[in-house]
Amino acid sequence: MSTSTKRPQRLIQGNEACAHGALYAGCNFYAGYPITPSSEVMEILSTEMPARGRTFIQMEDEIASISAIIGGAWGGGKALTATSGPGFSLMQEGIGYAAITETPCVIVNCQRWGPSTGQPTKGAQGDVMQAIWGTHGDHPVIVLTASNVRDAFEMTVKAFNFAEEHRVPVILLLDEVLAHMRENIDWPEPGEIPVVDRARPASAKGFKPFENNTFLPFGAGARFHVTGLAHNADGFTVGDEAAARELRRMVGKVQSKVRELAMFDRLRLDDATLGIISYGITSRPAAAAVEILRSEGIRAGLLDLKTLWPFPDHLVREVADRVDRIVVPELNMGQMVREITRSVGGRCEVQPCTRIDGHLLTPAQIVEAAKATLAADGSPGQRPIGCGTCCSERTVHS
Amino acid sequence: MSETYRQFLRASQLPHVWCPGCGNGTIVKAFLQAVEDLKLEQDRVVVVSGIGCSGRTPFVLDFNTMHTTHGRAVAFATGVKLANQGLHVIVIMGDGDASAIGGNHFIHACRRNIDLTALIFNNGIYGLTGGQLAPTTPTGKRSTTSLAGNIEPPFDIVRLALGAGAGFVARTTSFDHKQMTSLIRRAIQYKGFSVVDIMTSCPTYFGRMNDVAEPYDMVHYLRDTTSPMQDCTCRKSEHSCETDHEHEHAEQLAEELGVELSPTGVFREEARTDYGTLYMRKLEAAVAARNGRGGAS
Ligand SMILES: Cc1ncc(C[n+]2csc(CCOP(=O)(O)OP(=O)(O)O)c2C)c(N)n1
Ligand code: SF4
Repeated sequence: MSTSTKRPQRLIQGNEACAHGALYAGCNFYAGYPITPSSEVMEILSTEMPARGRTFIQMEDEIASISAIIGGAWGGGKALTATSGPGFSLMQEGIGYAAITETPCVIVNCQRWGPSTGQPTKGAQGDVMQAIWGTHGDHPVIVLTASNVRDAFEMTVKAFNFAEEHRVPVILLLDEVLAHMRENIDWPEPGEIPVVDRARPASAKGFKPFENNTFLPFGAGARFHVTGLAHNADGFTVGDEAAARELRRMVGKVQSKVRELAMFDRLRLDDATLGIISYGITSRPAAAAVEILRSEGIRAGLLDLKTLWPFPDHLVREVADRVDRIVVPELNMGQMVREITRSVGGRCEVQPCTRIDGHLLTPAQIVEAAKATLAADGSPGQRPIGCGTCCSERTVHS
Repeated sequence: MSETYRQFLRASQLPHVWCPGCGNGTIVKAFLQAVEDLKLEQDRVVVVSGIGCSGRTPFVLDFNTMHTTHGRAVAFATGVKLANQGLHVIVIMGDGDASAIGGNHFIHACRRNIDLTALIFNNGIYGLTGGQLAPTTPTGKRSTTSLAGNIEPPFDIVRLALGAGAGFVARTTSFDHKQMTSLIRRAIQYKGFSVVDIMTSCPTYFGRMNDVAEPYDMVHYLRDTTSPMQDCTCRKSEHSCETDHEHEHAEQLAEELGVELSPTGVFREEARTDYGTLYMRKLEAAVAARNGRGGAS
């Protein structure tokens, strides 16, 4: 990301960046229900949306909120809701409906410590698997995350772009720390970040709502049916092989775009022998850990994933082919590390590094986890340590 | 089939899925008659339903149609309407849909007063899932999950809607086509959230479980357990009455059938400013204030 001193800058919070990213992306429909640590997104939009002639409504709960944004999308809106763990759990029903009806919409989840009410004001990265798999049945979804305030802005815009282009619900995972953290960011000029709008069919006549990614809202001259039942291109019920074919198409349209959807940052990976793969807020201490390790003569590098789903196997394997060890720091009991281990497929050792007390991993902790994978002479060792939360030294998440 | 209905039906989706004798078809007929009477533009009509036998209605209707999730239809409809206030949005819900799983959305929709028309297909039972107890099943009546008779008191959807603050509240039955058509028409015309509780027959489950299995008997059951308000002296609900004699007769019939008599007609029709209009006012003021301050960022 470029920085230039001439650019307008603003000292803002992650949630503010997210709200302004949504406005920048042309979001014109917000429905939500307050919950810490996401509420600022909603509070800001409650005044900014009407002031721009756009629609904002506070609903009675999160099930209503996700339902309303899906309805809003079919009414023609670019729709957003923001929530946190307990609300995100309630939204799973609607996310499944958005997936099967290929409804473009964005769901922001400012993760907090869970399960249940947990610790509302403590950050975590415990909802990664829920974001990917939370609603029942196989389904298409895109999951993004952000590791700094500028990212929170930009990833919100990207989330809308992906939702619009691929007609799919996009989940943006923030977390309590990023949501409430303030940073000075370059304020994006109009046009600086591309904004994508859903493609329209050439004509309303003969429009089939589920044939491809073109979209028409209700009242635009085509009368059609939308349902959460398995359906064909016309929206009418099908079963058996036709249902299987439609599901393959829906999931496939996201999976087949994995390279195009993969967003990431790389730091000092070129000559690295030790890779750190992280995402979201944890990429900050991870970047610091890379520098500490380097200063101690260990050639470390970082892959910061911003697209978590579809899972960018190609990026992970690229790192795995180069390094001897991969360390995966995250604020949960080991979620992405499983996906990364699968992806690495034995190319190198994978070491989890987790923390679940509601605080961020420190660079020192990541350094320690990285060093523990190395023998005394700095060469790759044979001794995986425990993940730090639940595992003993020798049994790592078995 | 008359031309009126044909133009609003999707031939490809017929025949519908409902059982012989089901009351839902007659409600659809009344609804389509109301749409025709009001000359609503077909392209601008949106029908949003939940899940249930009632939820299957939109499949056969040639409007913009949305079959959503169980209980949430009114929340989806809220989104559709606010995103495009030029649409006529009709919400079709089952009684379980609206008052059990969707009870929260329903009462808030009544309170919020968005210009939507809610038609509740109230058969007093869960039809689609095979005849289980609904919050509207009268006390004592049987279902597949209350074989010995329901021990819970039922929800009265009209009172629920009145209590939650809806501006237009009516009840009718699929037995009374004329009343049903006229009340649906008035509900659509009402600017704000309107509710029509339509008591309808499910001979397959409610009927078979409660000794009114014949569709003909079920229709008579509807007739005998309801009473148009001009014939009724009951003061339990907010309505007026005329002749004591007829009311007593109706109450007696209902009592013989083991349920409380349900008055039908319009319970409330109050002119109010709907949410959409209020929101547009707020929006215009906010836009003006923002522009006055020298532009947005
Ligand atoms: C979340 C969820 N829970 C349960 C169901 C199963 N289900 C489908 S329809 C229904 C009840 C149907 O009764 P009602 O709403 O009264 O409509 P009717 O079929 O009688 O028209 C239930 C429990 C579901 N589809 N979704
Ligand atoms: S089960 Fe009852 S409500 Fe459902 S279609 Fe049959 S008769 Fe109608």
